[in-house]
Amino acid sequence: MRLNDLPRILPPWAETLRQRLFATPLDALATLVCLYIIWRVSVPLIEWLLIDATWNGTTREDCRSSGACWVFIRARFGQFMYGQYPLAERWRVDLLGLLIVGAAIALSWRGLPRRKEASILALIVLPPLGIWLLYGGWGLKLVETREWGGLMLTLFLAIYAGLIAVPLGILLALGRRSRLPLIRFASIVFIEFWRGVPIITVIFLASLLLPLIMPTGFNVDRLARAVIGLAFVIAAYMAEAVRGGLQALPDGQAEASQALGLGYWRTMRLIVLPQALRISLPAMTNEFIALFKNTTLVLIVSIFDLLGIAQAALADPAWVGMNMEAYVFAGAIYWFSCFGLSQWSRLKEKRLQAAYGR
Amino acid sequence: MIRFLRDRKVRDYFWQGLATVGLLAVIWFFVQNASENMLKAGMATGFQFLWRDSGIEVPFNLTGYKPSDTILALLWTGIVNTILVSVVSIAVATVIGFSVGLLRLSRNWLLSSLAGFYIEFVRNIPLLFFVLFWYFGVLAALPTPRESLGLFDAVFLNRRGLSIPTPNDLAGFRIAVVVTLVLIAVQFGLSRWARARQARTGRDFPLWAVGFVLCGALPLAAFVAAGFTTSWDVPTLRGFNYRGGFVLVPEFVALFAALSTYTAGFIAEVVRGGIQSVRQGQLDAGRALGLSPGRVVRLVVIPQAMPVIIPPITSQYLNLIKNSSFGAAIAYPDIVSVFMGSALVATGQAVEIIAITLAIYLALSLFVSLFMNWYNARHKLVTR
Repeated sequence: MRLNDLPRILPPWAETLRQRLFATPLDALATLVCLYIIWRVSVPLIEWLLIDATWNGTTREDCRSSGACWVFIRARFGQFMYGQYPLAERWRVDLLGLLIVGAAIALSWRGLPRRKEASILALIVLPPLGIWLLYGGWGLKLVETREWGGLMLTLFLAIYAGLIAVPLGILLALGRRSRLPLIRFASIVFIEFWRGVPIITVIFLASLLLPLIMPTGFNVDRLARAVIGLAFVIAAYMAEAVRGGLQALPDGQAEASQALGLGYWRTMRLIVLPQALRISLPAMTNEFIALFKNTTLVLIVSIFDLLGIAQAALADPAWVGMNMEAYVFAGAIYWFSCFGLSQWSRLKEKRLQAAYGR
Repeated sequence: MIRFLRDRKVRDYFWQGLATVGLLAVIWFFVQNASENMLKAGMATGFQFLWRDSGIEVPFNLTGYKPSDTILALLWTGIVNTILVSVVSIAVATVIGFSVGLLRLSRNWLLSSLAGFYIEFVRNIPLLFFVLFWYFGVLAALPTPRESLGLFDAVFLNRRGLSIPTPNDLAGFRIAVVVTLVLIAVQFGLSRWARARQARTGRDFPLWAVGFVLCGALPLAAFVAAGFTTSWDVPTLRGFNYRGGFVLVPEFVALFAALSTYTAGFIAEVVRGGIQSVRQGQLDAGRALGLSPGRVVRLVVIPQAMPVIIPPITSQYLNLIKNSSFGAAIAYPDIVSVFMGSALVATGQAVEIIAITLAIYLALSLFVSLFMNWYNARHKLVTR
């Protein structure tokens, strides 16, 4: 009689549990050890985060319990979001945020009439509009970039560096696969140079050398330097992501298009890039996540993004010892943003695999 | 004329010529501006500054550097510190990464979820966050030297750093190193002999078990023996601080903890992907040939997974070396911090210093990618 023929004693759910957690004695031991560790870690953590935490109040004196003092986050919430951006002008940041979110939702709706034209229009109109809203001038009060900060600055850095990096990366990827040796060589040098050096040195480089190589009297804004530095590095990484897509595409596509009489740029724009970019989208999203994480490095040149604000908050004498609260809050925002993006990219990748039938 | 313009070769030359002229014009424009601006600002040029006295204090150095030494010596101290934290972090990140990656594939649901949780947690948070968190969040909250966390009364952790004992003389360890090298050579010869014998007679040799003893257990025993016969300089509490031994500064500990745990998350994903890339059919075929489960892993899984794992792991190592520059945020005296930071402020020679720093990192990257290409070419799977 084989073991499988024995009448099953356990109900199905318990059987699944047994196979997944207690298959062998060693497995059972590992499970128990894990459960013990989870118990020892999560109970104090949840107590600190939620149960013993103080939620209401205005000053440090309101936090008497042993748990987290979320009053601190409440009191400084404005700074975490906007930095030193003037209170009276913060509606401009909110408005821009609403515009971007609204445009993104509208453009991702497939039924939108003239969706392609609308996307191009949004890409042309929104970035300069955003700079006008944030920086001011032409009827709006001027807000210097050193007053910007917090999450708003993090998003600004990521989005604007991304806006430069994506087209530049695509051009570099095309250059790297070009027929012309000089263009290929220049692209390879550019890509490998920026990929070979740490981002922190690039931010130093941009902030020290950009003013030096510009004509006298032409001032590059401190924040713009950081955006350019970040954009160049990410463009190099983006180029490699796009190259992956280009290489995955069969040569026949470009050859067929050329046989139809399309020139190089039209072949790329109409035939090659639409397909290649779809393949490289997950890899490009990963590079964007890396960019989002690396925006924190502007702390080095005293630009206070979300992490910088959290770090600066530690020095506030009115709120001594709030390190953990500040880090947990900032870390959670980074984690949810990056995790959300990577899940979205995974979804895209799955759809792609289904479409290409791998 | 029109036919001439449509000639592909002519057009290729034309566009390349145009691109070159454009690029050179841009570079010339920048260089022109730079030299003009530098002249106006009265900035010094040239590399003579490297031989000047630095006058910069470096609290943590292994090179015996003093502030009265040259800036070149300062740069060397920075390089050594970068290498030190990179090497230690790479070793620990590899161990954690492989363990977590293998646990991720465990049959045990709880173990694999915990590993997955670790990977997702670490990969979705900026490295700078971890560096600052370890430094200002964890190490700053550690007890004072008087209430240090001790291990075996030899290693002490407090907010001034990690005090470890150091050997008073290295003679015993030198012997242990020589013994280890000899044993590795023996194992190498043995493996050649065993392979030749197997090819000739078909007889098997327990190479892995012997290798475990020769290259694992015996060297370990040699080092332990050397450790017991050597006298140690053990840190002891005198007054308010520990004296003796060697103090790893908090900056080092924080950077090391952040780098190794962060990179481990990426290595774990690489390992998981590499092992999963070996198709189930390969395992089934191995078992059908009558190989034991251990041999299936050794002869089927590892040889096919390693070529997939090694290249991305190498680039993770390279990332870790580049990321060690994040130490500048907490003033760990690495290349960026002492050279691009302190030395640049002291001399003001931005262009030269940035060029040297970038050249060092580029040389490093080039070296690693050359090695990677060589390795790939050597270990490419031969498929039929």
